[in-house]
Amino acid sequence: MIASRTHARSWVPNDAAELMDALVALWEGAFGSAYAVWSATLVRATPLVLVGLAVAIAFRAGVLNIGAEGQLLVGAAGATAVALALGGTALPMPVVVTMMVIAGAVAGAAWAGIAALLRHRFGVLEVISTIMLNFVAIHLVSWLVRGPLQEPTLAYPQSETIADNARWPFLIPGQRLHLGFAIGLVLALLTWWVTARTAAGFRARAVGDGMRAAVSAGRVDAARTVTWVFLVSGACAGIAGAAEVGGVTWALYEGISPGYGYTAIAVALLARLDARWVIVSAVFFGALEAGAAAMQRNAGVPSVAVQVIVGVVVLAVLAGARLHEAARVRRRTVHAEGL
Amino acid sequence: MTRRLELRGVHKRFGATAALEDARCTVRGGTVHALLGENGAGKTTLMRIAFGMVAPDAGSISLDGRTLHLRSSADAIAAGLGMVHQHFMLVPAMTVAENVSLGARGPFDLRHASARVRAIGHETGLAIDPRALVRDLSVGAQQRLEIVKALAHDARILILDEPTAVLTPAESHELYTWLRRFAADGGAVVLITHKLREALDVADDVTVLHRGRTVLEDTEHRFVEHDVIAALVGEDGAEVAGEGIERTAPRMRPTPGDPVLALENASYTDAKGVRRLRDVSLSVRSGEVLGVLGVEGAGQHELLRLLAGRLEPTSGSVVRPERVGFIPEDRLRDALIPSMSLVENFALADAGTRRGRLDWAAMRVRTQSIVDDLEVRGPGIDVRIDALSGGNQQKFVVGRERSIAARALVAENPTRGLDIRAAARVRAGISDLHGDPLPAVVFHSSDMDEVLAVATRVVVCFGGRVTEIARPADPNDREPYTRALMGAQ
Amino acid sequence: MEMLAVALVPFLEATIRTATPLAFAALGELVAERAGVINIGLEGAIVAGCFGALISAGAGGVGAGFVGAAFAGMLMTALFAFFVVTLRTDQIITGTALTLLGLGLTGTLYRAAFGALGATLTVPTIAPVPLPILSQMPFIGPALFNQPLSTYALYFIIPAMVWWMRNTHAGLALRATGEHAEAARAAGIPTDRVRWLAILFSGLMGGLSGATLVLAQVGSFNEGMSAGRGFIAIAVVVLGRWTPLGTAGAALLFGAAFALQYAFQALDWAVPYQAFLALPYVLTLVLLASMRGRTSAPAELGR
Repeated sequence: MIASRTHARSWVPNDAAELMDALVALWEGAFGSAYAVWSATLVRATPLVLVGLAVAIAFRAGVLNIGAEGQLLVGAAGATAVALALGGTALPMPVVVTMMVIAGAVAGAAWAGIAALLRHRFGVLEVISTIMLNFVAIHLVSWLVRGPLQEPTLAYPQSETIADNARWPFLIPGQRLHLGFAIGLVLALLTWWVTARTAAGFRARAVGDGMRAAVSAGRVDAARTVTWVFLVSGACAGIAGAAEVGGVTWALYEGISPGYGYTAIAVALLARLDARWVIVSAVFFGALEAGAAAMQRNAGVPSVAVQVIVGVVVLAVLAGARLHEAARVRRRTVHAEGL
Repeated sequence: MTRRLELRGVHKRFGATAALEDARCTVRGGTVHALLGENGAGKTTLMRIAFGMVAPDAGSISLDGRTLHLRSSADAIAAGLGMVHQHFMLVPAMTVAENVSLGARGPFDLRHASARVRAIGHETGLAIDPRALVRDLSVGAQQRLEIVKALAHDARILILDEPTAVLTPAESHELYTWLRRFAADGGAVVLITHKLREALDVADDVTVLHRGRTVLEDTEHRFVEHDVIAALVGEDGAEVAGEGIERTAPRMRPTPGDPVLALENASYTDAKGVRRLRDVSLSVRSGEVLGVLGVEGAGQHELLRLLAGRLEPTSGSVVRPERVGFIPEDRLRDALIPSMSLVENFALADAGTRRGRLDWAAMRVRTQSIVDDLEVRGPGIDVRIDALSGGNQQKFVVGRERSIAARALVAENPTRGLDIRAAARVRAGISDLHGDPLPAVVFHSSDMDEVLAVATRVVVCFGGRVTEIARPADPNDREPYTRALMGAQ
Repeated sequence: MEMLAVALVPFLEATIRTATPLAFAALGELVAERAGVINIGLEGAIVAGCFGALISAGAGGVGAGFVGAAFAGMLMTALFAFFVVTLRTDQIITGTALTLLGLGLTGTLYRAAFGALGATLTVPTIAPVPLPILSQMPFIGPALFNQPLSTYALYFIIPAMVWWMRNTHAGLALRATGEHAEAARAAGIPTDRVRWLAILFSGLMGGLSGATLVLAQVGSFNEGMSAGRGFIAIAVVVLGRWTPLGTAGAALLFGAAFALQYAFQALDWAVPYQAFLALPYVLTLVLLASMRGRTSAPAELGR
């Protein structure tokens, strides 16, 4: 019944040696050389730090933003538009790059703002609205790269390559690691500080952990807090999109994100929504993606396998948290009896 | 047929906490049996075990000498038991007939189910419209439905958990009359209650639980009231007498000062368009404790929130200080965030108005002083607050609200669910305030005795109107309050 | 008139065709939600169904394809049920993980079995079966009654669900579990089992939804071919106000939105075709926004 099997090429390891080959390729691709670390793993970790942060900020405040993917795409589109407009002009690189960061942040925040508006004005669950907005964003980018932002020859569905003064500087000579990673680190540490030390961060946490108590006991304006969280979360995801365009692809095209916005959920959960750990968690997944790409090149294992790992990691974290909770409840009852 | 339910040697642990240790209880057919005990004594757990909702760690349950093996409440229902839970186990979005039919198998015939509800209503006087949606029923009707549900499954032993907590005095009286008749017809009734007097009035037999153990079993009115009280509070409870409320005349307070809280022709209409408060004018002065009485839905919920600044009136005006301390009824939902530490929960109180950085060091100091002042017992100020017992959580809420709002404090059922000692400490924390000028306090409890013991003035809510009741000459005379609660003139 | 018929009949036919997989998925989701479970992992079950349909149809024909799809969908949701019912993890996050797992697993397995260029792989689709007389009715005849058997199955499933929810104690138990699980337990209803079964049913229907995509429409598999139908199905349930008939009606509306997209693309208008591709998603948002204050949601949904 199956019409064609001719292209089939099995990658399933036939023996231990082949399995070892695949794993070696994974490790080599992630950490095997200076190039692997600085030009593969950390480059892939860069968007994951930023999107992971977007998800962590939102989830911490109880905002189930599943829409980081769409916010990233729109941010990439915004940054591309600015880069194309200002690139090649006399403006110095730092100015153009700053404008790209701002454009990405504003575009991402605006896209998330739609979901915030729908939640507050119309009571639409953000889980559904953000997912729907992801699909709309995909079609929006698809239109942009065939319409207003298409390269001049109109031959390919992608934007023109951005000019030199719109390309983000590399951090290490000879390696591809770019400014976006530094921005990710700074934003992660800043987020941690805001969450732990400021009233605004505490409000976001209170709304996430106990909305009713925050409103009743703390007189917190929950709608306002949630809206801010949406905007900040969307801005982080938007900057991730800007960083991809400015630091890696130098152009906008349809498949610019291989699902970073979804991987981000695993990144954030593995970090237990702690902004500092998001960095570590993003590097882990960045290594996984870099390694998987190498594995596909060298051992023929498809890189979509990473999505499987993402799903499994999320489930493992959930199950782990559940067991941890059960253990905590047991400890608590010991205390209660002791008092 | 006369039946006999026996629970013997029942043990149950929840985690490391022993809820029941060697508890026993014998319910004779044809009697009303009161199961008494403080909060947390294990009454409800014991009866949930009898009803198959909780599996005991050890112990036996037998009915007429035959041992019962209950895997779920379905088995208990099949054996002829019925339970009316304190929080009704009804599905609000479904009809009376559908609720009565829950748990059965096979096809559901609406006409047959409705006929059954009507027939039971006819036999017993517990009439309810089978087609009404449960969410449209009054609290009294919902309780009738719970009993009808049990009777529809041919229950001959009825277990009722705090059945009068939500009823008006008239409804309570009606219920007790009905239960006596049910027992006289050969049924058996187990009454879980903390209202000693009501229990002694209506019950034939009494079982008293203390910290999970059966400490008193008595039949046929051989007991005397003070023996029961002694058993209730345990050996170390001598300092708290009666039902835990000091039955003294209201304390003399300094002459009230200036008005702190005031409502002027305030009305409140909720989101569904129901008018909850009509044209309320009152003021509370510094040094006063305004007691608020009202049955469920009479308007006290909204009144307290208007005074505490948690609601704004839809018309009329309100005067209150910038900060009013508020102790809401459901502390784990409205006052505390269970997953946060004590220090963080202290910070929560001002979270909406703070700007910039938080000074955690200063907040730790203030948290510690609250813990010391109110004797909040727990493993420390940096642990999650849900590691504390309910009483200690509530003491912390009282201390926090007092410390942030010096001029006015509003408390709603602050002692609900607390044991006698914790309740006394919480009451003292609310009413024994100091400062100059003294704060104004508003105190609501569904327990009238508690309100009368604490308040310097009393208002009663009925149908959204608020009426002040002058103190009768005899401090034990409750009639004017009861009349006002029922809307009688 | 003749012109209208020429335009209308294909449109109505396309509406029903695209509504079919949505209706399967949404009716499954409806049952899960009436038990109080929001199954965001439905998308994963649909794509698993697509893959299961392809593999089993390749091995044993179209009938086996439907069985395999149902099995694959149930397998995905069994994992979901284990997590949310047995372990009591967060429904939304678990569901998202299951969707990712479903998309990744099917993509990986597909490439594993057929290589990266395996998109050429096809299986035969089931042909429409015109019903005598009924399919001769003007306009709606060909649309409603010249469809594959899988669509006809829905004509039985929908009234059966209406009847079952209203007239069986099991239907009452399902609703009670979603409205007030504790009360249901007190009445002797095993609510965990009810939720498990409701979730498995949603997986079964999600799998069949995937099967209709592969076996009644496309005839092949590509990665992520569920294209958000699982999420749209959740919106369909909301729009249908948690009733089987309402859900079926809402699925038709979305089918019409998809069908419009084909119709407008054919018209070669100046509007970019991506606008029509995005239409169902935008429509979902607009309709959900217009349904503010929906009081009919099961009270324990998501808990």
